[in-house]
Amino acid sequence: MAPAAITLAADAPKLSSADTGFMLICSALVMLMTPGLAFFYGGMVRVKSTLNMLMMSFISLGVVTLLWMLYGFSMAFGADRGSLIGWTSDFVGFSGIGKAELWPGHTIPVLVFAVFQLMFAIITPALISGALADRVKFTAWALFLVLWATVVYFPVAHWVWGTGGWAYQLGVIDFAGGTAVHINAGAAALGVILVIGKRVGFKKDPMRPHSLPLVMLGAGLLWFGWFGFNAGSWLGNGDGVGPLMFVNTQVATATAMLAWLAYEKLRHGAFTTLGAASGAVAGLVAITPSGGAVSPLGAIAVGAVAGVVCAMAVGLKYRFGYDDSLDVVGVHMAGGVTGSLLIGLFASGKGQSAVKGLFYGGGPDQLWKQCAGVFAVLAYSLLASAVLAFLLDRTIGMRVPEEEEVSGIDQSQHAETAYDFTGAGGGVVTAVTVPSLAAVQGKAVQGMATQSKAKQSKKVDA
Amino acid sequence: MKLITAVVKPHRLDEIKEALQAFGAHGLTVTEASGHGRQRGHTEVYRGAEYTVDLVPKIRIEVLTEDDDAEQLIEVIVKAARTGKIGDGKVWSLPVETAVRVRTGERGPDAL
Repeated sequence: MAPAAITLAADAPKLSSADTGFMLICSALVMLMTPGLAFFYGGMVRVKSTLNMLMMSFISLGVVTLLWMLYGFSMAFGADRGSLIGWTSDFVGFSGIGKAELWPGHTIPVLVFAVFQLMFAIITPALISGALADRVKFTAWALFLVLWATVVYFPVAHWVWGTGGWAYQLGVIDFAGGTAVHINAGAAALGVILVIGKRVGFKKDPMRPHSLPLVMLGAGLLWFGWFGFNAGSWLGNGDGVGPLMFVNTQVATATAMLAWLAYEKLRHGAFTTLGAASGAVAGLVAITPSGGAVSPLGAIAVGAVAGVVCAMAVGLKYRFGYDDSLDVVGVHMAGGVTGSLLIGLFASGKGQSAVKGLFYGGGPDQLWKQCAGVFAVLAYSLLASAVLAFLLDRTIGMRVPEEEEVSGIDQSQHAETAYDFTGAGGGVVTAVTVPSLAAVQGKAVQGMATQSKAKQSKKVDA
Repeated sequence: MKLITAVVKPHRLDEIKEALQAFGAHGLTVTEASGHGRQRGHTEVYRGAEYTVDLVPKIRIEVLTEDDDAEQLIEVIVKAARTGKIGDGKVWSLPVETAVRVRTGERGPDAL
């Protein structure tokens, strides 16, 4: 994220059409990452949960857009209140923002900045959903989105990117979201799964990805969209850090994919497609905070370390017995921590700021700052998310009943199935979704049963 | 009449089909099946987690035949299906009480 330069009114930046156009395209690219994530996750679950996995991401596009527009942008990027939270009443409902008003210190309108940041707010909670596969009530997830965005994401985005936020003031470097997005989402995932528990059959039943081509497609879309996420985070400032970020994103991602593949070939004997997709995402995650600070050679180091660290981290859930279903902790938290800490070692001093890391003669100073940022976001997100999940679980219940989880959450929560394998599914076209859904969920529907009985007896009469 | 059932490796299907046609079998039914014999399964790795997949994809072929042709037909299938490696499959036969051709209503061997 760009440090807003303190500028005098006289040389305040003017609107740049090029920067504005670039940022609008970047916003659309980041938007595409959420459907990309949906497919990345959707291919990794078993057939019976495919639609639920897709919907957990898609619903974020709906819910968080409204939250952001109504009050989220104000909380994250409004005027600083005590280094912890922002608030500018003109931002509420976007109602007091003039259409030509520029974001302070930048060449783009406030509305462009706000919509770009919106896309980050959408994908961050969607990232959590991968850890919760197969087992969370859809309404509970939608409510969790509202609470988590409000209590965790908006404040943390303010800490890290708001010019008055404490982490920003301390000098923690997070270019595009290693702490605010990836550690935040990964730690939240860990907090929630510690509360809601494992899937039925975890470690016993084979839970293989049902469609690796979908996973590859999703990873490809994420990689593509991530150029907007990362390079766009320089907000179009004309100082060359955007292009550096773009290049570093590609270099680190390529390296991490190769590193993951090499690791698993040595360790498990095969180059897997899931490994290639996961390695690429691990690299994207790790370069997100660090890509503005390291050189392209440094990006190779970031990618290589992230690829191997994440490939090892995904095995931890079996050792410790927590069901991080699609490895949100193993990839996003581990990758985010890796990328954030490596800034302390590999910052070249020639990127977004003159700060140098340990390996470039800058001493351990920046490394300590990075540790502080990483630890604070991780701890806050983990605790707050666990509390939110606990409250929801005690009130409306977070999990679907075991029977519905085993027979498939798609049917019980969405009244659909992802694929018609036989073409002989059969059935009769009727307009009675409610009773048939109730049958799947094993509930009795008052009135409906007698109604259909009445219909039947009429038929008999006729 | 006899019902011959063969559960074999999927990639032998074409050879078996051609051999049956050459022998003069009237028809066959093919379904995708999965299972294992002594072969057991194979191992797959997903993000380092190893899964033993013990149900292996197979093809099930069913052919109805007259009693006199049964032994020969079994031989034809076995010959076409054999690769000599573990997992080649099984062929067996069962007596069939009756068969009806749906279009004409013919019964017994005439229906084959």
